[in-house]
Amino acid sequence: MGGRDTEIVLLDENGIRCDGRKVDEPRRIMIKAGGLKNADGSAYIEFGDNKILVGVFGPRDVHPKHMSNTDTGILRVRYHMEPFSVTERKNPAPSRREIEISKVIKEALEPAIMLDKFPRTAVDVYIEVLQADGGTRCAALSAASVALADAGIPMRDMVAACAAGKAADTIILDVNNEEDQAGQADMPIGYMPSTDKITLLQLDGVLTPEEFKKCVETGIKGCKIVYELQKKALTDKYFGNGEK
Amino acid sequence: MATTSVIDELKKSQILELLEQGKRVDGRAFDEPRKLVIEPNAIPKANGSARVRLGDSEVICGIKIQPDRPFPDMGDKGIFICTAELLPFSHPSVETGPPGPDVIELARVVDRGIRESHMIDLSQLVIEKNKSVVGVFADNVVVDYDGNLFDTCAYAATAAILSSKTPKWEMKNDVPTLIEGVELDIPITTIPVSVTMGKIGNHIIVDPNGDEWDSMEARITITTDSNGNICALQKGGNGGFTFD
Repeated sequence: MGGRDTEIVLLDENGIRCDGRKVDEPRRIMIKAGGLKNADGSAYIEFGDNKILVGVFGPRDVHPKHMSNTDTGILRVRYHMEPFSVTERKNPAPSRREIEISKVIKEALEPAIMLDKFPRTAVDVYIEVLQADGGTRCAALSAASVALADAGIPMRDMVAACAAGKAADTIILDVNNEEDQAGQADMPIGYMPSTDKITLLQLDGVLTPEEFKKCVETGIKGCKIVYELQKKALTDKYFGNGEK
Repeated sequence: MATTSVIDELKKSQILELLEQGKRVDGRAFDEPRKLVIEPNAIPKANGSARVRLGDSEVICGIKIQPDRPFPDMGDKGIFICTAELLPFSHPSVETGPPGPDVIELARVVDRGIRESHMIDLSQLVIEKNKSVVGVFADNVVVDYDGNLFDTCAYAATAAILSSKTPKWEMKNDVPTLIEGVELDIPITTIPVSVTMGKIGNHIIVDPNGDEWDSMEARITITTDSNGNICALQKGGNGGFTFD
């Protein structure tokens, strides 16, 4: 993070972005369900150069006990970055940024999970960013949904997430690190396709109301691409000829 | 470990009973370690990295190299710091928060094995004496736990250091300044190898797995360098060893 001296061209005259993508093209995405031995459910996502592991436990007993709710289960989410995941070594203790992202991801997942079926219990979602390259919260949210499904937790739908934004006066899909630093706007979106609900929405930057509308539409298109890959990750694990 | 799973007495006596017959729970010989898999450069954005699996214990180590102030009493030497963290999805009993005594011991034992073997020639990592030196940070994160993290982390840290390339800095106007486009090998003098043994009853076994780890009275970690010299030791647990 932090400013860089070198000027980069975010969009060339042929409409090609700094990493060779078209304006409506997401980065390379690979999602894998499972992988961890001790977690109840897990998922691994590579989203461009982002590498993120998610492990889920639960529903299980709540410690400390006073956090438990007799009417419903609770969801706890921790988003955490490894010290080696970013350019400059990060202190391992959770930062304010990580605590905020944990909260928005939690609130984005809550509407998808049928927590009322498991009163007095907790579902714990642990997100670990191994390598970061812009757009970690969207990649993390998408992987967390797959890990929850892998853990067999009853859900209304999976939350798929992708960012849209604005760079070089153009609305673009899936903002990368350079575009986030030097661009005009970055808007992460989390979306549940089957209920057509947006469960995560943030914006950094300036957009006109018209641009905002186009940005949401573009972002939802990205979410639908991610959603197909989430479903594929689960079918590959449970119906494919891969590991169990 | 911090992950003292509640292994029932039955399992413990079963392990001991088998050892009396000359067998281990997973069929290994007493002096046989588990299968070791090393994947170097698992995190391409770090200066070096390795993902290591020892049986079902898995650790990722990432190396970050950056300019730092020297320790006041060692102005002519670079800095090496090794940390360890049990990721909360590595075992159901792991709690989030600052590392406890067991994890700090783990990090320090791994640190000592590398430091005392003089694996990295720290005297070559000086930018300007007493002012600025190169700091090498080895951060180990435990992804999956199944006993013997001492050796798993030691192998991960060693492999990650061996895979590292370091940028070069020079003092300009009293500030360490990066020289673009230069990548150097880390000055390596030897390769330390750590072996951990556990004592159950009167039996000593190499590379205890998770169940064996929870049944041990004592353990010892021995690190040797390429010449066969012993360069670090750590005894742990509330039992004792005899000299023979």
